[in-house]
Amino acid sequence: MSVDLATVKRVAHLARIAVSEDEAQRMMGELNGILGFVEQLGEVNVEGVEPMTSVTPMAMKERDDVVTDGNKAEDIVANAPVCDRNFFLVPKVVE
Amino acid sequence: MTDLTRLTIAEAREKLGAKEITAVELTDAYLSAIEAANGALNAYVAVTPEKARAMAKASDARIAEGKAGALEGIPLGIKDLFGTRDVHTQACSHILDGFKPKYESTVTQNLWNDGAVMLGKLNMDEFAMGSSNESSYYGPVKNPWRASGSNLDLVPGGSSGGSAAAVAAFLCAGATATDTGGSIRQPAAFTGTVGIKPTYGRCSRWGIVAFASSLDQAGPIARDVRDAAILLKSMASVDPKDTTSVDLPVPDYEKSIGQSVKGMKIGIPKEYRVDGMPEEIEALWQKGIAWLKEAGAEIVDITLPHTKYALPAYYIVAPAEASSNLARYDGVRYGLRIDGKDIVDMYEKTRAAGFGQEVKRRIMIGTYVLSAGYYDAYYLQAQKVRTLIKRDFELAFQAGVDAILTPATPSSAFGIADEDLASDPVKMYLNDIFTVTVNMAGLPGIAVPAGLDHKGLPLGLQLIGKPFEEETLFKTAHVIEQAAGRFSPQKWW
Repeated sequence: MSVDLATVKRVAHLARIAVSEDEAQRMMGELNGILGFVEQLGEVNVEGVEPMTSVTPMAMKERDDVVTDGNKAEDIVANAPVCDRNFFLVPKVVE
Repeated sequence: MTDLTRLTIAEAREKLGAKEITAVELTDAYLSAIEAANGALNAYVAVTPEKARAMAKASDARIAEGKAGALEGIPLGIKDLFGTRDVHTQACSHILDGFKPKYESTVTQNLWNDGAVMLGKLNMDEFAMGSSNESSYYGPVKNPWRASGSNLDLVPGGSSGGSAAAVAAFLCAGATATDTGGSIRQPAAFTGTVGIKPTYGRCSRWGIVAFASSLDQAGPIARDVRDAAILLKSMASVDPKDTTSVDLPVPDYEKSIGQSVKGMKIGIPKEYRVDGMPEEIEALWQKGIAWLKEAGAEIVDITLPHTKYALPAYYIVAPAEASSNLARYDGVRYGLRIDGKDIVDMYEKTRAAGFGQEVKRRIMIGTYVLSAGYYDAYYLQAQKVRTLIKRDFELAFQAGVDAILTPATPSSAFGIADEDLASDPVKMYLNDIFTVTVNMAGLPGIAVPAGLDHKGLPLGLQLIGKPFEEETLFKTAHVIEQAAGRFSPQKWW
C-alpha cells in the first residue's frame, strides 16, 4: 500500500500538524519508504495467533477507590502558555 | 590527587564511606569536567550546579551521621525524558519549551531517596525517537570516541546519546536512560559503556515522558557491569502509580557480579547473522562465544525465526503508540503555543513548529496505521507478529537456554550528518535490528563492550535474558567484561 499527496494531507490534518505543499511532498516519499518496508509483515502466517495486548502476563492492578492526590490547581496550570485564575485559556470554540 | 571523575560508582562509594573524599568534592570535580567539556560534546542540555552542590552537601551530612544510602553522594546525569521537579524536562523537543514539571518521576525519586546527586539533564533524540541523537532540538551530541587518526565527529548513538557520551567522557558517574527499541544498548555499544534495558515492568514509567508505552523501559548506562547493577537496584521498584510495574521484589543485582556461568546454556541465534554485517562483528561475536565457553558455559545454536519481522512490526507499533501519546502536546496545557485563527489552526501550527521532522514522520505513520480501514492490515497484523516474536524466545528458553548472545549493533559509531543515513529513514532504523526484538518481547537485554574495531572504535555484545532474570545478564556480562577489558576514549575535547 502507498499513500498519495491527498492522503498525506488528510493524515496530517488528523494528526493536527500543519504541512506545507513542499513538506507534504517530502513526507509522501518518506512515508511510502516506511510503508514499503513494513509491507513484508503481510507474508507472515498469523492464522490463529492472538494479537499481543500485554507483553508481560499480568492482571490489571486495582487500588483502593480513595482520593490520594489533588488540590494543586496552581501546579497544574504552572506550565500553561496562557492561563487565567487556574483556567487554561484557548481560542473561542463556541459561537 | 587523582582525578575523582575517573572513579567508578563502586570505587567512589568506598572512598566516600571511608571519608577519604567528600560528596561535595566529587560533585565539584564533575561540575568542572562538565564545564570544560560540554561546549564540545553537547551531552548536557541543562546543568544544575546549585542543586547538585546542595544535594552533595546533604549527602556529606548523612554520611557523617552514618545514614548513607546505597548511592549516597554519587553524581548522576539524568536523561531529559525523566520528569524532574522544577528542572528542565523537555524530551529535547521544542514543543515542551520551558517545561518544568511540578512532580518527580518515580525512577529519579528512587535515586534521590538513595542519596544520589543530580548534575543536570542529558541530551537525547527528540522524544527518544532516533538512533544518532541528531533529532534533538538542542543539536547532536558528539561521541567522545573518534576513529584513530581521524578528526571526524561521530554520533554517540541514540536515543540516549547524551547519557552514553556523558558516562564515556567522565561527565557523570552514571546516567539514567530509556530504551524503546535499543535506545540504551545501541548508544552504550557506540561509546564503550554498559547499558541494560531491564524487563518491561521492572522500572516504573511514571513521570517519564511517554513514547511507546508498551515498549518503553528505563535503565542505566554505566562505566562497568557492577556500576550498572548498582544503579538498576536503585532505579527499579514496585510502583502503584504505574499499573504495568510488576509486583516482584528488586534483587540485589550486585551480588551476581563474579558468580560463575559454569553449566549455563547460551543460545546463539542464527537469524542474527544478517546480510552485509561486517566481518568484525562476526569475529567479535565468536570471541564472545569463546570467552563464555572458556568460563564453562555451554553454547547451543538456536533459531528465532521471526527475527526479521521485529523491526517492521516495531515501526507500526511504536509510531501508533507515539501518535496517541503525543496527542497531548496541543499548546494548551504546557510548552509551546503558536496562535492561530481558531483552535484547530492553533493546534496545527503549534505542532508543526514544535515537533521535529523525525517526530512528525512517526506521528504521521502512527496516525495512518491506526486510521479507519488500515487498522487490521497494519496494527493488528503487527501485534500478531509481536506475539510470534515473543513465542520464538519462549521456545528457546523452554528448551533450556539461560541467555542469548548476539552482537549489540550492526556497526560501530557512524559520522554526524551521514548523508547516506539522512536520506533514507529506513536505513537509520536498521541500527536497531539486534536490539528491537528484545523490546517487542519485553525481555531484559544488556550491552557490554567487547572490543574495538579496525578504526579503534568500540563494539558491544548483547545478552538477552528471561523475564526478570537481570541477575543472569549481570553475571554473564561480567564474564565478558573480565575477558574483554574496559575501554576509554582518548581525550580530544
